[in-house]
Amino acid sequence: MFSLHGYGPSIFEGTILTLEVSLASLFIAMLLGICGALAKLSRARSLRLIAQIYTTTIRGIPDLVLMLLVFYGGQMFINQLGPMLGYDGYIDINPFIAGVSTIGFIFGAYMTETFRGAILAVNKGQLEAGTAYGMSAFMVFRRITLPQMVRHALPGFGNNWLVLIKTTALVSIIGLNDMVRKAGLAAGATREPFTFYLVVAINYLVITSISIYILKQLERRYSVGVREF
Amino acid sequence: MDLSIILENLPIYFTGLKNTVILVSISLVLGLLLAVPLAILRNYGNPLVQLPIRAFVYFFRGTPLLVQMFLIYYGFGQFDLIKESLLWPFFREAYFCALFAFTLNTAAYTTEILRGAIKATPHGEIEAAMAAGMSRFLMVRRIILPSAFRRALPAYSNEIIFMLHGSSLASVITIVDITGAARIINSRFYSPYEAFLTAAVFYLAITFLIVFLVKKLEVHWFAHLQPQSTSEQVVESPP
Repeated sequence: MFSLHGYGPSIFEGTILTLEVSLASLFIAMLLGICGALAKLSRARSLRLIAQIYTTTIRGIPDLVLMLLVFYGGQMFINQLGPMLGYDGYIDINPFIAGVSTIGFIFGAYMTETFRGAILAVNKGQLEAGTAYGMSAFMVFRRITLPQMVRHALPGFGNNWLVLIKTTALVSIIGLNDMVRKAGLAAGATREPFTFYLVVAINYLVITSISIYILKQLERRYSVGVREF
Repeated sequence: MDLSIILENLPIYFTGLKNTVILVSISLVLGLLLAVPLAILRNYGNPLVQLPIRAFVYFFRGTPLLVQMFLIYYGFGQFDLIKESLLWPFFREAYFCALFAFTLNTAAYTTEILRGAIKATPHGEIEAAMAAGMSRFLMVRRIILPSAFRRALPAYSNEIIFMLHGSSLASVITIVDITGAARIINSRFYSPYEAFLTAAVFYLAITFLIVFLVKKLEVHWFAHLQPQSTSEQVVESPP
């Protein structure tokens, strides 16, 4: 049963692409998450409102609908925008960019919540001490908040990452050659869909298990300064 | 934006809404029915029973729902054993396969939620039940499950919303749910904004409805933990 009929390398390429999509989306999600968290905690009411709308709507709409909206709608939007900016040719939206930006945008909302909680968990007195030393707001964030919020953010961050990896399976629907799509192609050629989808499932399990191990190590490292009870 | 496209095709969206509601509610109910015994066995069963349950939960929580659905819908046809069995008429149907995949998926997540909730039962409650002479079964039914359900509710409400969102994957295997309706309209009129934004509004509305209903249920279930309302605390004036 377990012969891959020479499709092993193809599935492996797909696995690499899945990892690339995951990491690129994670990067965008983290940037958006930090901005979102700072916006939610800022004194400006408009910023708080925007961040609130962002996190609420994203959590209320399925990932697939958002991805299809970005993929098809983004295509149309860019081609309507092009002529206005004086560009005449047809612009093809790359499924990699559509996939990565959608997943990044979705998980930015989840990261916002995680980071917001982590920032709130940092001792207020330390921030005040920083300000009293004449540090600028940015320096207080960089030197005091950021290093300490990592510890509080890690568990939530880890969960988001594990969900994110599984969400990348959706990019196969918009035509990106990730491992799910590669498995589909191989299944079509060999008529052994169960074998190939099972291989993909096991690949996901391996990636998640390795991630969990690394996250545990990181959590231990960032909790070094804290006594365990 | 061309609103007439949306208005003229609302019937398709309502068909989609019907299918989404059916898929989500049936899989949630069946998943919960499966998860309760699994969670109890996972906590109190002997290790030989626990192991397969752990494997089941690990597999379904560690792989994407899309892959699980493909494994069942496309994959099961690979085996002559299933193809020749009485089950084949069911597994040939996309609708049944989606339902089957969703049910097992939500059962795995719910088992994990309930396992944690059962494990967190205060020792005192169990000791009190034993002291009162309750049998194992009676204790689970009267003491452990009611309090575990209360603790599990916040996490379970997330699972309901997750299942609603996950159900959009049914559109990939040709089922006309809300997302499926949007995909039909997008391909027919080439109008992605109208098609998918309408679907998004439908999902948002259902999500808010679920959140509202769970809040109601929470108020009802956690009534004994609410601060007493001030109107009842009338302080009698001293004579």
